[in-house]
Amino acid sequence: MNSLNKVLIIGATSAIAEQLARQLVASGASVFCVGRNEEKLHAIVSDLRVRAPEAIIESFVADLCSINKHSTILDNADEALGGFDSAIIAHGTLPDQKACELSVDLTRREIETNGMSVIGLLTLLANRFEEKNSGVIAVISSVAGDRGRKSNYVYGAAKGMVTLFLQGIRNRLHSKGVDVVTIKPGFVDTPMTENFDKSGPLWAAPDTVARGIIKAMRKGKGEVYLPGFWWAIMLVIRSIPEGIFKRLSL
Amino acid sequence: MTSFPSSWNRLPRIAPSAIYSCRQPRLPSVDLYPSPFAIYGNGRSYSDVCLTAGGTLIRTCELDRFIEFDPEKGLLACQSGVTLAEILAIVVPQGWFLSVTPGTRYATVGGAIANDVHGKNHHVAGSFGHYVRKLELVRTDGERIICSEYENSEWFRATVGGLGLTGLIVSAEIQLARIQSPWMWVESHRFANLDEFWALNRHLEGDWPYTVSWIDCLAKGGSIGRGIMYAGRHAPAECTGKVFREVSRRVPIELPVSLVNSLSLGAFNELYFRKPVSPAGRAYHYIPYFYPLDAIKNWNRIYGKSGFYQYQCVIPPTVSAQAISELLGAIARSKQGSFLAVLKTFGSVSSMGMLSFPRPGATLALDFPNLGDRTLSLLGALDEIVSAAGGALYPAKDARMPAAMFRQGFPNWEDFARYVDPGLSSHFWERVTE
Repeated sequence: MNSLNKVLIIGATSAIAEQLARQLVASGASVFCVGRNEEKLHAIVSDLRVRAPEAIIESFVADLCSINKHSTILDNADEALGGFDSAIIAHGTLPDQKACELSVDLTRREIETNGMSVIGLLTLLANRFEEKNSGVIAVISSVAGDRGRKSNYVYGAAKGMVTLFLQGIRNRLHSKGVDVVTIKPGFVDTPMTENFDKSGPLWAAPDTVARGIIKAMRKGKGEVYLPGFWWAIMLVIRSIPEGIFKRLSL
Repeated sequence: MTSFPSSWNRLPRIAPSAIYSCRQPRLPSVDLYPSPFAIYGNGRSYSDVCLTAGGTLIRTCELDRFIEFDPEKGLLACQSGVTLAEILAIVVPQGWFLSVTPGTRYATVGGAIANDVHGKNHHVAGSFGHYVRKLELVRTDGERIICSEYENSEWFRATVGGLGLTGLIVSAEIQLARIQSPWMWVESHRFANLDEFWALNRHLEGDWPYTVSWIDCLAKGGSIGRGIMYAGRHAPAECTGKVFREVSRRVPIELPVSLVNSLSLGAFNELYFRKPVSPAGRAYHYIPYFYPLDAIKNWNRIYGKSGFYQYQCVIPPTVSAQAISELLGAIARSKQGSFLAVLKTFGSVSSMGMLSFPRPGATLALDFPNLGDRTLSLLGALDEIVSAAGGALYPAKDARMPAAMFRQGFPNWEDFARYVDPGLSSHFWERVTE
């Protein structure tokens, strides 16, 4: 079992990450929360401090697309927590697919945010954890990264790149005692998915997904679909031959 | 829509056209969502004060952040969707308790303010609004109003007990009460009739901060108003009971008929009246003492698909004895009623809100399974007794009071109406102001 006592949370203002932080501090962990929106980060940290007055709860404002700031973020986390034993990468945006189709620049920026910025962080984190010979890294990818489809392939491609990259890091760090967890949530009811019709049964609450992430991190799982039934759905989706898939409207 | 939030008594079953869950501390635009808006916390009232037929239901459960807690002074600031249960989980271990708590801890702070809830300690402490140091209100036109007893005080008095009609309460600061222990020391005493109740009540209220009585609502004749009185206080630090582990049960399905009927009720009441009491006192953990029903999740389902009505009235002190006796007589003759019949006297700490229910006198609260017209006609008969006594009914516990009862019980309702946000309403408000 991995200990989650000193947790670095990147993208701490996301709905899932806020629930993660609450559950972690409730179990006695200390957290270092990184996010771009200062006001929101402050509100979340204030809430966490009331819930867990004994815990170390620190925050750091940073735009995660500034790849050259990543080292500073990790150094600050180290100092604030006295070294961290686990890291969660939870930041991201949901691109407007149609707008991306009309703009190479927008597409590039979305892939930076959802793909490259994650890869930059992972490159640094992998080295740090490798030196320590222990720990767990978790990244929120998506079921969208399992297969490209017309309604969201810019997002899917970025998440797919992250999922593949994580497979490599997992392989590299396995012998070093570091677990690498790829979280693939399905539909989650958060501000990111505000404009969707959420009446179907497939929608999950952020705190449910957060619970699944913590469990997966403690157990050192590999690729995890949350909620679990998405494994079955994506098995089918992934198995459809391309000749057929290209005709579908999913 | 196929599934929509309802109130605890599951009546009336009315559906909004849309549901909006606030993530930001503001109301959505009235241009984008169907009017009117009705504000819904956690659905623990027995009433349509938080429901709308055809408008937009505004849910506050995601406004669930704490803002600040001062553990020296016991001042807590939080958003309005935070539940009393979440507050207690944090503050009790630090030696603080809610100054006033209703019978469920799953109500939200916003709901507690909007209904100006009261508890077993009203006779010494007053109601919830008394401990709200300030609150932030936001209106449909975007206006934000910070109000308190001293700042924008007329807005404060309109919003406390204001049934969610003056605006969305986004956050509040409340004053907690110091405790030494999560345990309570409780004495229970049996009384054989209403005369004994009044004597026992006078005697115990002087010494005990928390008092409430269970009443056998089917007892007749010389036994009218027999029951058991519970007097409690927060225990000192060294008093503890056995280790408390919360065991919760669920009622897993909605039953087709009510489990509460004239047979089961009669049998239950006979047994309950005779159960052993503890006049010498014993320790209870605060959770089963204050929130015995919270342990049975979805207990409202035992009343079956038709739901149930709760009826809570307050009768002025000069006529309490007479009116309570008449009310209990009418209920016993009807053979309708429930296990949860509660009688208590309110004290004279004045309530803060224009529409606040708690006022000096005696308050009686019961559930009635919804048997259709039989139930409505009994409640109409009870209305006449309450009205003749100059009493009032509690909006948070009401799904049917006629407009006349409301206006009589809350004579400054027109003053209050000036503060109602034009974009907000509720099925209750429409019903009582038509």
